[in-house]
Amino acid sequence: MRPFVYERATDVADALDRAGDGAVFLAGGTNLVDHLRLGVRSAERLVDITRIGLDEVEELPGGGLRVGALVRNSDLAAHPALRRGFPVVAQALLAGASGQLRNMATTGGNLLQRTRCVYFQDVTMPCTKRDPGSGCSALEGYAAGNAIFETSPRCMAVHPSDLCVALVALDAVVRTTGPAGDREIPMTELYRRAEDGPETDTHLVPGELITHVDLPPLAPGTRSAYRKVRERASYAFALVSVAAALDVVDGRVRDARLGFGGVCHRPFRARRAEEALVGGPADAAAFAAAIDAELAHARPGRDNAAKVPILRNTALAVLAGLADEGARS
Amino acid sequence: MTRINVKVDGVDHTDEVEPRMLLVHYLREQVGRTGTVVGCDTSNCGACTVHLDGRSVKSCNVLAVQADGHEVTTIEGIADGDRLHAMQQAFHDCHALQCGYCTPGMIMQSIDLLNDNPNPSEDEIRHGLEGNLCRCTGYHNIVKAVQQAAGAGVGGGGGR
Ligand SMILES: Cc1cc2nc3c(=O)[nH]c(=O)nc-3n(C[C@H](O)[C@H](O)[C@H](O)COP(=O)(O)OP(=O)(O)OC[C@H]3O[C@@H](n4cnc5c(N)ncnc54)[C@H](O)[C@@H]3O)c2cc1C
Ligand code: FES
Ligand code: FES
Repeated sequence: MRPFVYERATDVADALDRAGDGAVFLAGGTNLVDHLRLGVRSAERLVDITRIGLDEVEELPGGGLRVGALVRNSDLAAHPALRRGFPVVAQALLAGASGQLRNMATTGGNLLQRTRCVYFQDVTMPCTKRDPGSGCSALEGYAAGNAIFETSPRCMAVHPSDLCVALVALDAVVRTTGPAGDREIPMTELYRRAEDGPETDTHLVPGELITHVDLPPLAPGTRSAYRKVRERASYAFALVSVAAALDVVDGRVRDARLGFGGVCHRPFRARRAEEALVGGPADAAAFAAAIDAELAHARPGRDNAAKVPILRNTALAVLAGLADEGARS
Repeated sequence: MTRINVKVDGVDHTDEVEPRMLLVHYLREQVGRTGTVVGCDTSNCGACTVHLDGRSVKSCNVLAVQADGHEVTTIEGIADGDRLHAMQQAFHDCHALQCGYCTPGMIMQSIDLLNDNPNPSEDEIRHGLEGNLCRCTGYHNIVKAVQQAAGAGVGGGGGR
């Protein structure tokens, strides 16, 4: 590991003062320390932000939640208000990494974790995300994990987070502070598409600090769930995943939210499927038509075509499960 | 160099470390707690699991400077003199180790698991240990050991 200077910020203002000049924020370190170790990334200065506060979950009037950026993934997954109101988020968190990693990993760090594309993590291979302009090795190489939505030859990597898939589906809002002032950025607009330039993952500016993530309330009676499919039963990144929330009234869909993981450069919001679902009957035929409307825009390649039927089956199973759950209560 | 104060297995240590030093290397090389081992280079295997303020972490994935002001418990700090911790005893009783390499991490993660969920089902035990790999693949007896320890009340429960 290349040497670096370690500093510890005492509060938000101090963290911002210390930003810039080759500084990188250190939260749990579960992604950053790995990258420093692998040489995927270097830093002149690490600014530890774990002692600046922002480590609480606040209940907002109306049923929403404000999650501090430094809340650990384990604590968030165990939070009673989250488990009650937003099961899809708790399930997504628990589907990620392992107990030890969730004990360290933070909300903000989870949002900004980098892709697990093998070429990104292998410093001997070209990768435009790591080494701008060097090209994408996954185009012609090991491609089973590649994106199928919003694909671009500039970068075929997928976003690795489980949590983020639930957050895009729920219209969560990321609150930040920094050189650009205080901002509120919807999760659906935080991430860049591969074609917008994969060198950077998000629209944050250097030195911008995530302070909170806001979860707006869901209509009472809404059911939500997360399902992740991987190459083994546990402890692996998603091949595909589905986050869904469904509000069904008298057999008709009043509101539907769908996020897909493992299939796109950014956590993917399946808006076409949502549009097809809303107002229609909550039955298998309507669900299939809606998912197919979204999948019609998938662009699988040579090695990852299996993602399409796996995603289809997973999404249909999740929707059917939520409709059933609603009907039984 | 950065000065850190860390309590390791009940003993206060003040040391100068390089910021890039991993916690596991600090524990092994500077504090001499070689019971905690390194099994991989990728934060995957869990062999290096220790407790940071009572919660499990992978010590190969944490910098020593991140532990400054905190308390670390390693596999060497859980026995009471010659009396093994109930989880260690359960691993012994159930033959929950073969080569033993994954064992320090397995035991530390198993304690964390029961602290979180004192009466886990078999499935919950298997999921709770997902971040610990046993290259001898001796998982069945490990699960039995955790069940025995849960029955002995390790996490404050009475077992199922
Ligand atoms: C073996 C292994 C398996 C894993 N499996 C999964 C999985 O299945 N699913 C999954 O979703 N994740 C998985 N992860 C990834 C894990 O969830 C992330 O590493 C973790 O969430 C990152 O959080 P952190 O606090 O440790 O971030 P850090 O490593 O500290 O930081 C990550 C990045 O975010 C930046 N950052 C952090 N906080 C802020 C902030 N508040 N404002 C601005 N910038 C910030 C840092 O500068 C850095 O660039 C796995 C990780 C490992 C090692
Ligand atoms: S040595 Fe730490 S996870 Fe393998
Ligand atoms: S006992 Fe050999 S690695 Fe687990």
